[in-house]
Formats: sequence, C-alpha cells, structure tokens
Amino acid sequence: MTTQAEPKLSVRNLWKIYGTNPKRLVSGDFQTMTHAERLEHARENRHFVAAADINFDIYEGQIFVIMGLSGSGKSTVLRAISRLDEPTAGQVFFDGTDLMAASPKELTELRRRKMGMVFQSFGLLPHLDVLDNVAFPLRAQGQPRDKRLARAREMIELVGLDGKEHSYPHQLSGGQQQRVGIARSLAVEPELWFLDEPFSALDPLIRSQMQDEFLRLQKQLHKTIVFVTHDFLEALKLADKICIMKDGEIVQIGTPADIVLRPANDYVMEFIGDVPLAHVLRAGDVMSPPWTDGETHPTVPRDAILEEAIKLFDDSTETVDVTDEHGKILGSLHPLEVIRSLYHDDPEHAH
Amino acid sequence: MSTFTRGFATSCLKTWPWLIVLILTAILLTQRTEFPQIVAYPEAWTLPIAEAVSAAMDGLVEWVQHTARAISGGLNVAFSAVQWLLIGAPWLASVSLFALIAWQGGGWRLALLTFVLLLYVLTSGYWVPAMNTLSLVLVALPLSVLIGFGLGYLGYRSHRARQAIMPLLDLMQTVPAFAYLIPILLLFGFGPVVGLIASVVFAVPPMVRNTILGLQNIPPAVLESARMSGCSRRQQFSWVEFPAALPQMLVGVNQTTMAALSMVIIAAIIGGFNDIGWAVLSAMRKAQFGQSLLSGAVIVILAVLLDRISAAYAARQLPTSSFCGLPLRRFALVFVAILAVTMLAGYLFPVLHDWPAWLTYSPAQAINEATTQFVRAYGDLMAAVKNGMQFFLLLPVKLGVERAIVPFTWGITFTPAAKVAYWVIALAGCAVAFGLSWWRAGVAILVLAGVIYFGTTGLPWLTVLLLISLVAYQVSGPGLALFAGGSVAFLLITGLWEPAMISVYLCSVAVFLCIVFGGLIGIWAASSEAVSGIIRPINDMLQTLPQFVLLIPALMLFQVGDFTALLAIIAYAIVPMIRYTEQGLRMVPKTLIDVGRSCGCSAWQLFWQVRLPQALPQILVGINQTILYGLGMLVIAALVGTTGLGQAIFVALGEANAGAGLVAGLGMALIAMTTDRILQAVIPG
Ligand SMILES: Nc1ncnc2c1ncn2[C@@H]1O[C@H](COP(=O)(O)OP(=O)(O)O)[C@@H](O)[C@H]1O
Ligand SMILES: [Mg+2]
Repeated sequence: MTTQAEPKLSVRNLWKIYGTNPKRLVSGDFQTMTHAERLEHARENRHFVAAADINFDIYEGQIFVIMGLSGSGKSTVLRAISRLDEPTAGQVFFDGTDLMAASPKELTELRRRKMGMVFQSFGLLPHLDVLDNVAFPLRAQGQPRDKRLARAREMIELVGLDGKEHSYPHQLSGGQQQRVGIARSLAVEPELWFLDEPFSALDPLIRSQMQDEFLRLQKQLHKTIVFVTHDFLEALKLADKICIMKDGEIVQIGTPADIVLRPANDYVMEFIGDVPLAHVLRAGDVMSPPWTDGETHPTVPRDAILEEAIKLFDDSTETVDVTDEHGKILGSLHPLEVIRSLYHDDPEHAH
Repeated sequence: MSTFTRGFATSCLKTWPWLIVLILTAILLTQRTEFPQIVAYPEAWTLPIAEAVSAAMDGLVEWVQHTARAISGGLNVAFSAVQWLLIGAPWLASVSLFALIAWQGGGWRLALLTFVLLLYVLTSGYWVPAMNTLSLVLVALPLSVLIGFGLGYLGYRSHRARQAIMPLLDLMQTVPAFAYLIPILLLFGFGPVVGLIASVVFAVPPMVRNTILGLQNIPPAVLESARMSGCSRRQQFSWVEFPAALPQMLVGVNQTTMAALSMVIIAAIIGGFNDIGWAVLSAMRKAQFGQSLLSGAVIVILAVLLDRISAAYAARQLPTSSFCGLPLRRFALVFVAILAVTMLAGYLFPVLHDWPAWLTYSPAQAINEATTQFVRAYGDLMAAVKNGMQFFLLLPVKLGVERAIVPFTWGITFTPAAKVAYWVIALAGCAVAFGLSWWRAGVAILVLAGVIYFGTTGLPWLTVLLLISLVAYQVSGPGLALFAGGSVAFLLITGLWEPAMISVYLCSVAVFLCIVFGGLIGIWAASSEAVSGIIRPINDMLQTLPQFVLLIPALMLFQVGDFTALLAIIAYAIVPMIRYTEQGLRMVPKTLIDVGRSCGCSAWQLFWQVRLPQALPQILVGINQTILYGLGMLVIAALVGTTGLGQAIFVALGEANAGAGLVAGLGMALIAMTTDRILQAVIPG
C-alpha cells in the first residue's frame, strides 16, 4: 500500500497569519510557545490566524480533500502550498525538496511543469477561445504553437468539450467553463493537481456529473491531488483522505470511513448528522474477521457501499462475506454490526 | 399641542449651531450699511497669492524654457507632418483613408457615413480648418493615450502611486482648461502647440482612470491562473493583464479622443491659428450666426466621426464582436495601396486634389436672413421670456428680492410691510417645521429665505464660510469641514469673493432648473419607452459635442448675457440629471413594486413611497454630476458674457497673467470639489 512509500507532498508546521507584521509576530518566542499561547499571542497583537500549525502528508495518486466551512482557512492552506500567498512560517516538501526555499525562478519552473490548479471562479482568460485557454500554460512553457494546440485538443477531448474549441468563455455554461479550467490545469501533465472548490459554483446536477467525471479522470491519470471543498458529501464521495478544518486549524484527518465511524469531536459529528451513511460506508469499512461456520455465504466486493450489501441479507442469511478483487474472503458482515455502524449516536464511536 | 412644543424644543436643541450662525448673520446684516466690509470682503485683507504664483511661474519659465521650447519644437514637427498629410495631400486621399480606417473598425456602414460626412465638410468650405483641428487631435491622442496608460499602469501596480495620481486627476479635470492654457502659453510660446499640449493634459485623465479600472477589474482568479501557469512578470503583463484590460482601455481611448477634440476646440480662444474652433469663435464675435452655425456643424461632424470610429474599435476588441476587419499586415498593405492610387489620381486630376470652388455651398447668408426674420417675428415673445427669467428668477437670486423687486421690473414696490410679512411667513414656516420635528427642513427654510431675500451677492461672507463648514461638518466630519472652510477662505483671501459668488449664483439657478426639468424628463422617460427612445440619442449628442458648440444656438436667439449663458449651461448640465433619474427609477426592483401594489398603493403612492426613495441614491449621483457639469460649462459660457470666475480667467488669459488665471481656476476647482465631496458624503452606499 501507499503508506510505505515516501509522501509526495508533506506540509510541516505551516502558519499563515494576516496582519500588519506577521513575520515579526512569529519571530522570537513564538517557536517555544505552546499552541494555545501562539493563538493567544496572535490575537493580542491584533493579527488574524488563517492557518495554524498545519501538518499532513499526501501520497502519490491520492485524493486529499480539505473540507471545512467557508472562512475556515482551506484556500489559505492551498494557496500557501502553491505559494500563491507566502506562508508566514512552515515547510512544504515536494518529493523531498522544500518548496519554501525555491527561488522565484525555480518556482516558475515548478509551476510550468509540475503543478496545475483549478479555481472556483474558473479564471479563464476572457480574450482567448477555449483552445488557446487550454494551451496557455504550454505557451508559458515555450512550446511551439502546433505542438501545444495538438496537446490542447487532446485535453479538450478528454474533458468532453470537442466542438467547442473556438468558443469564448462567455459563451459557455458554468459547467463547460470549469471543464476548460480542468483541461487547462491538466495540459502540462502536472504531478500535483490543486483544485479549490472547483464545483461549488455549479448547479447540483452538473456538480454531481462533474464529480463522477473527476473520478473517472483520476482513475485514468493517477495525479496527486489536493481538493478543497466545503461540501462534506463531496468530500466523502471523492476523497482517499479527508482533512477537516475549523478556524484555521485541522480538526481531524482520516479516510472517509474513519471520519464517519470515528469522528474526532462534536464538531465533526455535526457534519455526519445528515449523511446517508449506507451510501458512504463500504463493506470493507465495517466488516469483522471472517465467520467460518462451514457454510457458504453470499459475497460482496470490499468497496461495495453498505446499501448494496444490506440487500443480500434475508430470512435465511445472517452472514455476508466480503471479498477482495481476486475473490479471496477478507471478512464478514453481520446484521447487528451493520446496523450499529449506520446508527450515528453510537456511544462507542463518539469520544 | 404638547408634542408640538416638545418637537420644537428638541429641534432647537439639535440645531443650536445653525441657530447661532443665523442669529449672528442677522446681527451682521443689521450693521451692513455702517460696515460695508461685512458683505464685501475688504481688499486690504487679501493676500497677493496671484502675484506670487505669477512670480513663481516667471521663475519656472526662466528655468525650463529651453526644454519647453525643445518639446514645443518637436511637437510642432509632428503636427506639421500630420497637417501636411491631411491638407497637403489630395482630398480624395484623406477622405478615402479615413473611410478605410472607419471600415476597419466598424464595417461598411461606418465607412459610408465617414465618406459622406467628410464630403459634406469639403462642400461646406471648412475643410482646411477642420483638418487643422483634426491634425492637432491626431497628434495629441497618442501622447495622451501613452501617458495615460503609463500613469494608469503605475497606479495599478503601486498603491502609493495611485494615492498620488487620483487627486491629481481630480484637479486636472476640475480646474477649468482655460486656466492652464496660460502657463502653457508662457512655457511653450504661442501657436497651435499650446492647444495641443493643453489637450494632452485635459485628455489624459480618462485614459488613466479607464486603464486602472480595466486592470483592477481583472478577476483575481485570472491573474492567479496565469501565475500558476508559470508566467513570468512580463508574460503576465503582455498575455494576460494587457489583453484582459484592453476593452476597458479602449473605452478610455474613446473618452480621451473626445476630450482631446473638446480641448483643441476650446484652445482656439488663444487665436492665431486657422482651426475650426477659431472659425466658430470669430463668427460668433462678428455676430455672423449663419457662419457660426455652419462651422459648428463641422465640429459636430468631427465629434460624431471621432466618437463612432473610436467606439467601433473599442467594440471590435470584445470577443463578442462579429466584425474584425483585416489582419494588421493586410490592412497596412491596403492602406498603402489606396494612398498610392488616390495620390496618383489627385496629381493627375486636379479636381481630385483640391476641392473645386464651384462645388462648395454655404447657406450662411440664408441662415442669417432666416434668423433675422425669426427674431423679427418672435422677438417680442423671446424678449418677454428672457426678461421674465431675468426679473423673476435670475435677479432675485443674484441680488435678493430686497433689491430685485422694484417697480421697473416687478411693477410693485417691496414695501416695509411686505418685508415684515415675508419674514413673518419664513419664521412661521420654520417654527412649524421645528414643531413637527423636521428640524432640517426648518433650517433649510430659514437659509433659503435669507438667500432669496439678500441674494447670493448680498450675503455676509462670514455667514457663507460658517454655513458651508457647518454643512460639511454635519454630513462628514471635521476633515471635510476644514476642506470646505479652507476653500471658502481661499476665495476670500485671493480677492475672488465677488466673482465667485456670481458664479455660484448662475450655477445654482442652472442646477435648480436642471433638477426640476431634468428630473421631470427623467421620470417621464422612465415610464415610457417611446420617450426614452427619443431622449437617449439627444442626450448622447449633447454629451459628445464639444461644449463650445452649445453656445451657438443660445447666442443666436438671445444675444450676450446671463440668460444665454444659463441656457448653454442647462443644455449641457441637464443630461446627467435626466440619465440618472431615469436609470434610478428603472432600476427599482420589480418585486418591490409588486409588494407596493399588493399593499394597495395607488400609482401616486407607489411613486412617492416606493420608487422615488429607492431611486434617490442614483438621483443624488445625477445631481452631483449636474453640478460638476454646470461648473465646468460655466467657464465656457463666460464666452457669451457672464461675469464671475469664468470671466476672471478669460481676462487673465487675455493678459497672459498666469497667477490670476491659475488662482481663479483653482477657485473654480475648489468650489466643484467642495460640493462634490459634500454630496458624496450625503449619497448613501
Ligand atoms: N488577505 C487577507 N487579509 C486578511 N484576512 C484574510 C485574507 N485572506 C483571507 N483572510 C481570512 O482568512 C480566513 C480564511 O480564508 P480562506 O482560506 O479563504 O477560507 P476558505 O476556507 O473559505 O477558503 C477568512 O476568515 C478570511 O477572512
Ligand atoms: Mg476558499
């Protein structure tokens, strides 16, 4: 599994503080203070802590979702990682090298070749048509015109916009504009793919469509992704790992199942409140060790959602086996445990 | 009754500073026969600021003369080259090339319009002065655009630069252009270059503003996506910022073009150059109305063409535009080809080189005769209108009813009994308003009664100083109070008090009429598509025309005087009032009107209680614009014989007295900025 490998992206002790002189604020005693003291110190000096002591690792091919209410500091973290805004303190390691130490020139080069970003408000260039918009990052790389246009055409096809090459952004719907944004961010074949609430401006139906397509693309491309959203369901649907933020701090990091089964505190609980868990939890998340009673049980794949698995129980079936992709039995489901995992207020699970 | 007395008491408490000023004023006014310096600011208390400015100017001229003359020489060369192209070349070449440029911007219809209108200019016999004016505009334009773009980009990149640039722009646009003609004259010497430089100064601000606006309006995500694509700073500028801001900057080019034309024409007043502004001006001075009207029509044609063509280029840049002309290289090729062919044709056939005399047609004489006949037929009526306005509106505001009501004008005497009655009614009105807790209305009644009784020129200067500072203090705070008081003090110590109050009088009457009639027209236009459709092109026209042209019809019908100036000011300043009133009323959300209807409001109630309050902020913006336009036009209207600051500037211009001109110009600007800031503070949101 991925956990043995070196992380693709590591964020260590990242701070972003807004105010008149944040750099001075974090010099001196700041390093030796406890976390609570630091926050107090910032508030006393009338500075605003938008991101406080952020730490996480992201592995190659992972979709890492940062989730939180609006104003919780999600974009701040993303923008600090990509150095669109300079963080006040901290390190970001990309393949082991510190991005914060990169010179402007190196940074430009990194952005040209290794990073792609999608924005909530699309950020398309109004004076260029779809083709030129998608080819834009390649133009910055200095690729010759026919080469970059050919690549842009591929990308446009990938996101399903063929035929719209010569439309201008204002002639497209929101969903189509965001497809252009996605195609553009993928044109340079980035290793790191940043998406800041890419689907939040879209209608629910389109949003859901785009999420499916996003997953399809990721299956094909295996990018390392930082995805920001304020929509908990979206996070559950897309994430390999979810990082929940509140007031600039990380509340919990875990897999979707970790979060819903073992919420770190009441704040996280509240998000889970109205989540249809049977759609979110997978058979592998709630199974217990294999139940060997000599009989053969119906089987479900490990990543089937519970709703599918539940259908297999009936009057005569009290056990369902969970299998991996080769058909090997990994564990079993029992009705009582399934029900318990779907029951939000289970005292065992809330700390 | 007890609520009435309580209301009265609280009103008095709230208005104590006003009441003190008003009581002080009453005391001052009782002493004015003994101490005339109460009303007329004594000359002994003025400072020789104008002289100091003149001396400083002399020093400056001494110091930079060589540079200035070199610049002026360079500009002269550029100007002569363009002039040679436009006038020296065969008319067929100029006309064809203009049509081609129009085509490249806006297609066949615009090209045809250009062609036909230019043929008319040839026919009218004003070709040479028109092309002289155009040459000045064409040299001033790129300079203004470049300087404006440079300053705008600087202001966009650096917050500190922007803080320095913005007030400078305010000053450049509120100081009347005539005022800075003088220092330019002194620095750069006589000749067409003065108009050129003045129009560069005047035309830079819209370019700066639109550049900053265009750059600032680029969505942050667009700039960030450029950064994330790995654009260098220079790539970001040329691939993202510049093209994304271009449509707005071209709107700036359009406005700059019109400003440059307007200024080039105004600058004709320094004379000595055969341009179209001078043609109008000299015809007006000789009272040749036919000639001035015809040359005015040529100005209108220039304005329309420059406006349409530059607007077409601006529209062409939008991705929505369907027409985009030829690619640049092909266009250049066609340009050169047409130039060669028409040049050749011009040299082969003299008719195509110089417009033949027998093809010119000037109905000036006929117009003159028609005007004379018109004046003869309706002269009495017009005189009645003019006198009515003079006697019953202009004079009372200027001199006060105290001095304006005499048997000769009103047919009655303002008897002591009537005077007592006047004040009793005013005081009673104030008391009633106080009792109803409308303390603002109460104070307004008293102030208005005072102004109408004593006239703007009869008020003690101390009263004006205190009242304006007080208004500024109450709407905004000590900062604005200081600015307003300082502005009044500036007018006092520079000895400009009397002309300033005359300017204020004329402008307030004009603004009052603009508000009444403009407001009514705006309301009408908001309720009827047909009216709106008729009004809009008229407004566009009035705003595009160089202000100068508006003087002609007014002068033609009513001769020199305050009333003529008033008409010209109204014609120009009424436009924003109409526009903003209509726009404000039309912008009232439909749901609000539906809410009003469902509450059972009558149409009348709906207007007064829903639509008008909603539209009020917009209407206030319109009033503010109307005042600024009125003050701007005031100086130009001084050409047709008003006294006041405008005339002070003209006199200074005639004497090449830089100090007097600049000080009077600054005085105008301070009046404009004070009213602007007070109104800005009042406008909600
Ligand atoms: N330039 C800034 N100056 C001061 N405060 C800022 C700035 N940018 C963001 N903030 C604040 O930081 C907090 C986090 O913002 P952001 O990261 O954009 O939140 P979100 O989670 O909605 O993306 C917000 O409360 C915001 O007001
Ligand atoms: Mg955000």
